[in-house]
Amino acid sequence: MAEKVMPFDQAIEKFDPAIGLEVHVELGTKTKMFCGCSTEFGAAPNTHVCPVCLGLPGALPALNEIGVESAIRIGLALNCQIATWCRFARKNYFYPDMPKNFQTSQYDEPICFEGYLDVDIDTDEGRKTFRIEIERAHMEEDTGKNSHMGGATGRIHGADYSLVDYNRAGIPLIEIVTKPIVGTGKYAPEVAKAYVAALRDILRNLGVSDVKMEQGSLRCDVNLSLRDSPESELGTRSETKNVNSLRSVERAVRYEITRQAARLTDGLRVVQETRHWHEDTGVTTSGRSKEGAEDYRYFPEPDLLPIAPDRAWVEKLRSELPENPAIRRARLAAHWGISDFDMQSLVNSGALDLVEDSIAAGVDAAAARKWWTGELARLANEQEIDLAQLPITHQHLADLEQLITDGSLNDKLARQVIEGVLAGEGSVAQVVAGRGLAVVSDDGPLLAAIDEALAADPSIAEKIQSGKLAAAGAVVGSVMKATRGQADAARVRALLFERLGVSE
Amino acid sequence: MTNLITLNAADLAEKLATKEISAVEAATAHLDRIDAVDGAVHAFLHVDREGALASAKAVDTRRAAGEDLPTLAGVPLGLKDILATKGLPTTCGSKILEGWKPPYDATVVSKLRQAGIVILGKTNMDEFAMGSSTEHSAFGTTHNPWDLTRIPGGSGGGSSACLAAFEAPLAIGSDTGGSIRQPASVTGTVGVKPTYGGVSRYGVVALASSLDQVGPCARTVLDTALLHSVIAGHDPMDSTSINSPVPDVIAAAKLGDIKGMKIGVVKEISGDGFQAGVKQRFDEAVNILESLGADVVEVSCPNFPYALAAYYLILPSECSSNLAKFDGIRFGLRAGDDGNHSVEQVMSITRAAGFGDEVIRRIILGTYALSAGYYDAYYGQAQKVRTLIAQDFAKAFSQVDVLISPTAPTTAFKIGEKLDDPLAMYLNDVATIPLNLAGLPGMSLPIGLAPEDGLPVGLQIMAPAMADDRLYNVGAALERALLNHWGASLLSQAPELTGA
Repeated sequence: MAEKVMPFDQAIEKFDPAIGLEVHVELGTKTKMFCGCSTEFGAAPNTHVCPVCLGLPGALPALNEIGVESAIRIGLALNCQIATWCRFARKNYFYPDMPKNFQTSQYDEPICFEGYLDVDIDTDEGRKTFRIEIERAHMEEDTGKNSHMGGATGRIHGADYSLVDYNRAGIPLIEIVTKPIVGTGKYAPEVAKAYVAALRDILRNLGVSDVKMEQGSLRCDVNLSLRDSPESELGTRSETKNVNSLRSVERAVRYEITRQAARLTDGLRVVQETRHWHEDTGVTTSGRSKEGAEDYRYFPEPDLLPIAPDRAWVEKLRSELPENPAIRRARLAAHWGISDFDMQSLVNSGALDLVEDSIAAGVDAAAARKWWTGELARLANEQEIDLAQLPITHQHLADLEQLITDGSLNDKLARQVIEGVLAGEGSVAQVVAGRGLAVVSDDGPLLAAIDEALAADPSIAEKIQSGKLAAAGAVVGSVMKATRGQADAARVRALLFERLGVSE
Repeated sequence: MTNLITLNAADLAEKLATKEISAVEAATAHLDRIDAVDGAVHAFLHVDREGALASAKAVDTRRAAGEDLPTLAGVPLGLKDILATKGLPTTCGSKILEGWKPPYDATVVSKLRQAGIVILGKTNMDEFAMGSSTEHSAFGTTHNPWDLTRIPGGSGGGSSACLAAFEAPLAIGSDTGGSIRQPASVTGTVGVKPTYGGVSRYGVVALASSLDQVGPCARTVLDTALLHSVIAGHDPMDSTSINSPVPDVIAAAKLGDIKGMKIGVVKEISGDGFQAGVKQRFDEAVNILESLGADVVEVSCPNFPYALAAYYLILPSECSSNLAKFDGIRFGLRAGDDGNHSVEQVMSITRAAGFGDEVIRRIILGTYALSAGYYDAYYGQAQKVRTLIAQDFAKAFSQVDVLISPTAPTTAFKIGEKLDDPLAMYLNDVATIPLNLAGLPGMSLPIGLAPEDGLPVGLQIMAPAMADDRLYNVGAALERALLNHWGASLLSQAPELTGA
């Protein structure tokens, strides 16, 4: 049953929202956090398991050092402090997807704490930066996955039986928790989305995770509460689980604001509970109540040694961090003289790194963008492969551009060169030679072809002379055809007008 | 032919090495002995006759081929049922694991196999190592070979009894609060709890992770050292395993020279409330140590009286979490799965059906101690006491080389005598628990029979971390002197066992 909601604008008028975001990131390590099992996604159920990640009696965890390194790099990228000494803790609760019936996690001693991430969004007053305070980023292990069979809903209630796949159990997770995000008002939904988007960019840029929200390698829980005014105490929050797309983060925040506002306005309490997000209907529904606060009986994990990251190592990791993607984009946009919009489409097309590398290889900035987002993107799309998988090197593009600048190739010929390179016909020079591709630079043959075209249809000359310059296209086309595309179209046009005594 | 079952491991190994006897003969002699007396003793939960003979045969084949084999190759051993054995039942003395066959070997088991040691079977224990008598085993009590109406100690009563009953010359135990040392004490055998981290815990079903340690059991100090050197060493599968060289325990066990050594008698665990005969034999042992040239002084460890209380908070806390995995989902017993119960109910019914009273008692204690609002008062305070006890030891070891005490306050008590009184049962470990809390090594060795009941008394030697060799040096010196005094091993005075 749908709950009552209050229109968003009205809700924001009456209440001040506070958001808390908990993001779980599955690290892209080859092996699990505490054993040598593969983390590969999509394997047959229960094939990536061993005594450790199945929690068999007697098995013990052994820490994955790459997991710790990734956690520290994430913390550094989020401007966090890195603990000088910290421990794992056991979070005790019974659930069939958890082999040991406790999760090895961190409690009051997280490896990273007190960081922040700045996000920019467009507001009525222009572009504005919101600083999201990060409380902690800690290490833990993922659980297995339950499948409830035979029921109508796929949920446990009504199912005939359940199956558990432990392939995911023990995959390293980093949980990144914000402090309550306040002061965003009506921009709360957009700020939440922008934060998750920025976080995803940073994580991808660090290379620590494939951050695929649809595959669950990046999962977001949205906490939301309302209060009467920014001066009031924070209200009771709901915790909406598994909001697994950027758009859903925005929608879930928006929905919870409208739902809680309706309740509070009607004199009802907001119940502290877990809620489920429904992508299809865009609403949340009540899950398990947390009022009887679950007691996880945390205590330090005695099977693992405390972690005391060497300071020199931390500083080395800091010095090797890639540039923050937002800062990098701003820098490149300014350097290349392109707009935010163009930069965004470059990012969306996945061509930013390629363009940057091509420019470094000597290709002109505009040309590099043109090739990677134009012809090359089209070819990659046609072959259903990633842009980076095209067997085109930055040197190829640099060589090609050189020939275009020299005037020895035009765009059309250049595309044929690309085609030849992709077909394995060799280097740019080899394709040009092999296919005999070169702009006809001698005016003689061009004038002959122009005359031939004008003679074939005398009306064209009249049209052009009477001012209909567009008619020139037909002549240029004929000349290109006659020269098998090896003419410089601009030169043909110029010669044509000269011959007819017309100026452009 | 010599009576193979009464030979010490070192002597047996010698005869095997010179091919005077074969490993199959050694294994057969012990398996036959088990057949003859284990009906009365019940040291074994599972005897692997086939597997034992196969590994004995493999040793003989390799030896016949001229291979240079490890010292103990072909020597039989009883393995506490708390260590995972691939394809062999591993129950921890609990119904909840009845029928479970692990898909893997514990690291210690792999080491034993690599050393050519012949595993005869799995020995009885209190359920999940909780107890001091084996009376908490779900599969029946083990009987003390000295007096079958008495307990063999616990939790590792099966391992100590199989040594005392000459069913095996070697055994493996695990010691969380005294489960190797107290059984050794009451059966007239030798047992060592190594330094925490000295022996891998991988594949050892956890009771309390921060206290558990696997160790060697045998009838002589040298045999114990030989086994110690097989199982000790760093294991990357156990994060708490110490990555440094194993102390040369064999050399120490052969040395036995304590001239000029300083030995401390721990005041707090060496007198009050202990049985008179225990106290008497202990005092005599102190005199012997002095006569061997040691300087024996009294040392005070003022926080030891709090050890038992701290232990019974830390242990239940850790075990409440360690034993959560026994839920009927992936292995072992499953009860209540009749289509009418939810998964939570099946877990609950399984646990209620599979765990015995003592296990349930400790899970409840630990769950309570870790609960919100109680953690600081119980678990937190207990950890502070633990630190104080470690400091007591550190201070004591700045004054003396080793510490000693009686291992247990009494000799073996009657089966059933303390079963209904958990506190009385817990007090058996009053002298052994401090070492576990501090992670230090200790040995129990026999020092005679209590005059009032004619039952064995044990002496405990305690050493600093990774100074396990000191235990063997002191133990060897004392053992040699006592053997000279007795004229024969203490166990030769034990009554003859007949089949039951």
